[in-house]
Amino acid sequence: MAYMHIGKDFVPPDVAGKVTGRIKYSEDYTREGMVYARLLTSPIPHAKVVSIDASEALAMEGVFGILTADDVYPDGEANSTGLKILTNEPTLVGEPILAVAAVDEKTAETAIAAITVTFERLPFVLDPVDSLEEGGPDAYNGGNTFVFREGFAQEKWTSDQVASFRAGNEPTAEPAAELSYGDLEAGFANSAFVYETPFTTAGYPHMSMEPRSAMAYWEDGKLYLHGTSQSLTALADGMAGIVGVPKEDLVFINAATGGGFGQRSRAGSIPSMAIPAKLSQKINRPVMMRCTREEEFTIGGARQGFQGWIKLGFKQDGTMAAADLWIVSDNGGKGGGGDAFSATNAISIVYQAEAVRFRGVSIGSNTAHRGAQRGPGENQIAAIVSPILDKAAEELGIDRLEIRKLNTPQTGDVGGINRQPFTSAYMPEALEQAATAFNWEERITRSRQRNGTKVTGIGIGQGYHNAGRSGMDGIIMMGPDGRLRVHNGVGNLGTYSYASTSRAAAEVLKMPWDRCDVITGRTDNHLPITSPQDGSNSIFTNTRTCFGAAQDMLAKMKEIAAADLGGDSADYDVSNERVHQIADDTVGMTFGEVAQRAMELGGKYTGEAELPEELAEWTQISVSRLAGSGFMGVYHDPRHSNNPPGFTVTCTEIELDTETGKIEILDMVSIAECGTVVHPQGLKNQLVGGGVWGIGMSVLERHLYDPQNGLPASTGYWQSKIPTYLDTPLKIDTGWVDLPDPENPVGARGIGEPSMGSVSAALNAAISDALDGHVFNATPVTTDMIVNHIAGISEEWVPLAQNNFRG
Amino acid sequence: MNPKLTRRRFIKGVIASGAAATTTTMWYAANGQDRPAGFVERLIRINVNGQERSVDVAPQETLASTLRYKLGLTGTKLGCNRGECGACTVLVDDTPTYACSVLTHSMKFARIETVEGLEAPNGDLHAVQQGFIEQLSPQCGYCTPGQVMSAVGLLRANPNPTREEARQALAGNICRCGSYDSYLDGVMRAAEIG
Repeated sequence: MAYMHIGKDFVPPDVAGKVTGRIKYSEDYTREGMVYARLLTSPIPHAKVVSIDASEALAMEGVFGILTADDVYPDGEANSTGLKILTNEPTLVGEPILAVAAVDEKTAETAIAAITVTFERLPFVLDPVDSLEEGGPDAYNGGNTFVFREGFAQEKWTSDQVASFRAGNEPTAEPAAELSYGDLEAGFANSAFVYETPFTTAGYPHMSMEPRSAMAYWEDGKLYLHGTSQSLTALADGMAGIVGVPKEDLVFINAATGGGFGQRSRAGSIPSMAIPAKLSQKINRPVMMRCTREEEFTIGGARQGFQGWIKLGFKQDGTMAAADLWIVSDNGGKGGGGDAFSATNAISIVYQAEAVRFRGVSIGSNTAHRGAQRGPGENQIAAIVSPILDKAAEELGIDRLEIRKLNTPQTGDVGGINRQPFTSAYMPEALEQAATAFNWEERITRSRQRNGTKVTGIGIGQGYHNAGRSGMDGIIMMGPDGRLRVHNGVGNLGTYSYASTSRAAAEVLKMPWDRCDVITGRTDNHLPITSPQDGSNSIFTNTRTCFGAAQDMLAKMKEIAAADLGGDSADYDVSNERVHQIADDTVGMTFGEVAQRAMELGGKYTGEAELPEELAEWTQISVSRLAGSGFMGVYHDPRHSNNPPGFTVTCTEIELDTETGKIEILDMVSIAECGTVVHPQGLKNQLVGGGVWGIGMSVLERHLYDPQNGLPASTGYWQSKIPTYLDTPLKIDTGWVDLPDPENPVGARGIGEPSMGSVSAALNAAISDALDGHVFNATPVTTDMIVNHIAGISEEWVPLAQNNFRG
Repeated sequence: MNPKLTRRRFIKGVIASGAAATTTTMWYAANGQDRPAGFVERLIRINVNGQERSVDVAPQETLASTLRYKLGLTGTKLGCNRGECGACTVLVDDTPTYACSVLTHSMKFARIETVEGLEAPNGDLHAVQQGFIEQLSPQCGYCTPGQVMSAVGLLRANPNPTREEARQALAGNICRCGSYDSYLDGVMRAAEIG
């Protein structure tokens, strides 16, 4: 289909501000009379605050006040997992205990040094399997796991069960969760090749570039909160509840966000923004809380690490007959996510396994807060499965590309434990396109070729994430100037989807882009509710809402024109910023004229009547404030059915140095399958950006904690081994399938997460290839692991561990 | 072991054992907010974006702090404030420099350029800025001013770099979004624009 805007590049309105430094992040704001907050954080990994003596500090000149957990939770802290604003029961080093506001940060720091906090020290644990063992320490007060709707609980295995798991065997303990489909036993019985192994994937921090600073002040009963968020209205909606302010009295200001990656999508993952808000309320002054890199590490979230066991069975023809997983997930100090189940689901979806079983348990450790991080679960397991798939291909005498083709999902298939159909799936096309772009047939002949100390490895990998939601709202406005104003509640974290989804509205009305304004950046711009910008959903979800709102305006335009100029609505169309008769385009009105007429008519044309009944409360507030001020299109999106997938395929060629263990990526091609492409440059950025994350997961990133004191040792970029220019290929080639999805009005699905999984899967497969098919069963695969393997001094598989050099 | 542990006592213990976590206190001292009793601060002049600026600078104040908090030049970002990420990169006598890692007092005879100083008087953007826009190099944008300044430094020294030379020149600038490929596309485009 020929589109005016969809599939075409454009200059997003914020990019000039980014290259000139003009766009403001939360720390760039100031306010008359602004004072500064600093945090006192827990120096120990698990404790209870017995007492706080701040009398000396509060008497200091320049100190304005203190905020403690007792202030923010007067009825006591909730007995649940999840980050708290402040706490008296820290479960990780660096958790905020209290905040002090002072004339400047140095004074606040000096005051904090004068505060005596008496802690009762509690046992701590850094590795979930240590906690699983009977008699092992529990990370939380009340247990080592949290059961939804039930509370904290203890999950314990016998020492023999733990020892057996650590020795590489299938866990024999009762899982906390078990889900399955198909006949697993028959699947393995019918398999010609069965591979079974323990595995580990490391947890590691999000490390967004912008520390989570926030500034707040109160004016006329309203809270103005300058914060950081990857969602705008969705996060503000939740933040109102955390701060305890009515939604209509919160103005959340967030023009740009310096990275999110899953950890700034929802209010619960960034409650620290409530600290300046509540301090400001208490001392009646604007409060800026700048966060440091260390604070961003400690409360900024991390990926769940896995310690697991996997068994895959393949039929003689290469079909994946059965997949069985048992995963102990690291829930960190504040509870985690559902990575393990998502990992299992991804195997079902990407490889269409005939029978699948998931068993697992999530266990706490007194380490960083865990939560969603770019492809949570799907991406960890992609890197584990890919080398095993290659081993199966080798054993069964099938080409490594072919085994993926014959197990591939496609339109009409179902996937996941719940056997959900896809809205569409063009993975066969993506595999074919990647193979062609990479010249697979020629490249695979270079596999394992030696050149001095260097060995060539060839890898292919696939990535997946569910990529679309629905049920949200859209608002567009037009005034007598005829400009289209798209009110968009998607956050600005660098995907540009706040702008690219707005173009679906411009598409409907055939508006030139330079006559459109995207209204966003702060909630008093009256924005509709949208889904949190996570889970690769924004493109699918918000093209639906923007398209729908524009359809509403289009219908209203035709109604007005028909009423004023004669005929029926169906006799009218729009072009060149006019609504006109189809039969005679000289009979019509300009958009400015029709907007003027709509404002004269009022009622449903200006948002004062006949609104969709299902609008969210947040949207209702925005609509009520816009009502009467212009011509309005407003829409509530109904729920879609089935699973809109985002898929990627990556092929890579590496050179592995057998003396140093270093790998160099010589070539990399990533192909996206995300329905119709909305914004090519934005898509390319997600492919290369996700690719860099995949490299980090495969060979670099991990947590390190001091086992004696539980102190984090990887609080900075350098220790966390965030990939740099020199860790990544000189060029990553990209492409896309570009076939439409029927559940989206412009055919689009999301893509933010999968390329990390496909790159990691391809890279780990390439390393395995260069080492004659050795499977490490771990991420990251570090240079020392490679060197030790080549020297013949490594164990068969990487020992289970988390949050240390091995895990 | 005594189960009661004060924060102070704990920290003393940790320091004594040689396992101190990174302290943030020095960070804030470096923000120029420290006013030790009896110490006389100095009003100095520094050349920023072609203008002589008078500024009250504490002895241990970093250039990043002066630029952001004294001169309001918030385009220079602080990602780590410990010389790891490059978000605060500015040009000092044409050389890309981490502003978080030099003291303002050492800048008295230097020519400092920040991202705010790149636009021509008529508003035209620098070729690097144009190249970055055309290639949509930034994602979240927080590292972008640092990437811009490193690229400007490169192109002044080497107006026609190879892609590999550009990669080496920008290697001190981390982009957590992973937009390296697009930044290199932007630098190569900037070299074409001139």
